[in-house]
Amino acid sequence: MNETLKAENPVLPYLRQDRLPHIWCPGCGIGSTVNCFARALTESKLDLDKVAIVSGIGCTGRVAGYMNLDSFHTTHGRAIPFATGLKLGNPNLKVVVYSGDGDLFAIGGNHFVHAARRNMDLTVICVNNSTYGMTGGQVAPTTPLGATQTTMPYGNFEPPFNLPFLAEACGAVFVARWTVFHVRQLIRTMKEGLAKRGFVFIEVLAPCPTLYSRRNKLGDGVDQVKYYKERSAVKDGADTREVGLSFQGDIAVGKFVDRDRPTWLDAMNRHYSSVLHDYHEVGHAED
Amino acid sequence: MAENAPAVKGKGTVFVRLEVCKGCSYCIDFCPTKCLAFSKEFNAKGYHYPVLAKPEGCVGCDLCGLYCPDFAIFGVRLKDLEKAPRK
Repeated sequence: MNETLKAENPVLPYLRQDRLPHIWCPGCGIGSTVNCFARALTESKLDLDKVAIVSGIGCTGRVAGYMNLDSFHTTHGRAIPFATGLKLGNPNLKVVVYSGDGDLFAIGGNHFVHAARRNMDLTVICVNNSTYGMTGGQVAPTTPLGATQTTMPYGNFEPPFNLPFLAEACGAVFVARWTVFHVRQLIRTMKEGLAKRGFVFIEVLAPCPTLYSRRNKLGDGVDQVKYYKERSAVKDGADTREVGLSFQGDIAVGKFVDRDRPTWLDAMNRHYSSVLHDYHEVGHAED
Repeated sequence: MAENAPAVKGKGTVFVRLEVCKGCSYCIDFCPTKCLAFSKEFNAKGYHYPVLAKPEGCVGCDLCGLYCPDFAIFGVRLKDLEKAPRK
């Protein structure tokens, strides 16, 4: 009977299989987020020829290279500017920015702030592993207070960013946070985020067993996911000022913000239509 | 790609691509029915891969497939498998 049972992994058609196995360490959570993203793409029933994925540099930056979509692996921190150009050049594309916390918030922090302010029509998925994974575990803008890293051997004293608060304050229309433990919820939120127009920000907490967990003696990747399971609480619609992270402390997860604002293209079309007489609207013509 | 022959006793089963598994134990620790366990054997990279230790417990919920960071394991319900055309 066993010889007759055959099935194909439902995620494999979304991956460039010649590039696998991927470079991520055993216990790293980035692969799980990619798994969820592939399933969210399946459920959203988007035309995959009109989905583009852009990544910056870093461990999470490798995602663009592994996804079997139109993808671009751009320079460090510049994933959002590139995605902005892609979106404005071809407004019918669904552009997803898939990058890490170091790429989006350290070197690319300024771009994130302004893309959110303009309400650029992008879906930004940030895999937050609280450290710079690829370069050796330096302190990132998301490393919680008191965590030990290679550049802070006596513990970190820099207050970290509260990413959902930053995104909401800058003007994102959709802000959510999940962890690698919440796979089903993450798929649902990614599907919602892909359907939403405007600047969508989804933060996913992921373990970094090789650098973050090992430096802080927190065990393996799976131990960190168990910590997410024990200390996370769903707080949909919570005030984002109160969802900051602390070292091994409580984690508020859920969908914090869901509101509507005109996107940059809509605002531009409306403005020039009212100011210029012979103006032809661009974008979203085929929607 | 080598896939281990699934054992079938319950409502579902799992398929594992042995050679891409990195032994992170996500699937084993978060299996809702606790029916997966590490193998005694190693794969080519030297990791212990998951095996269906209690085949009667598997319901084919595919939660292991959702967690797997290496796209190595996934679960299916037998009734879904029978509907699908045989290759």
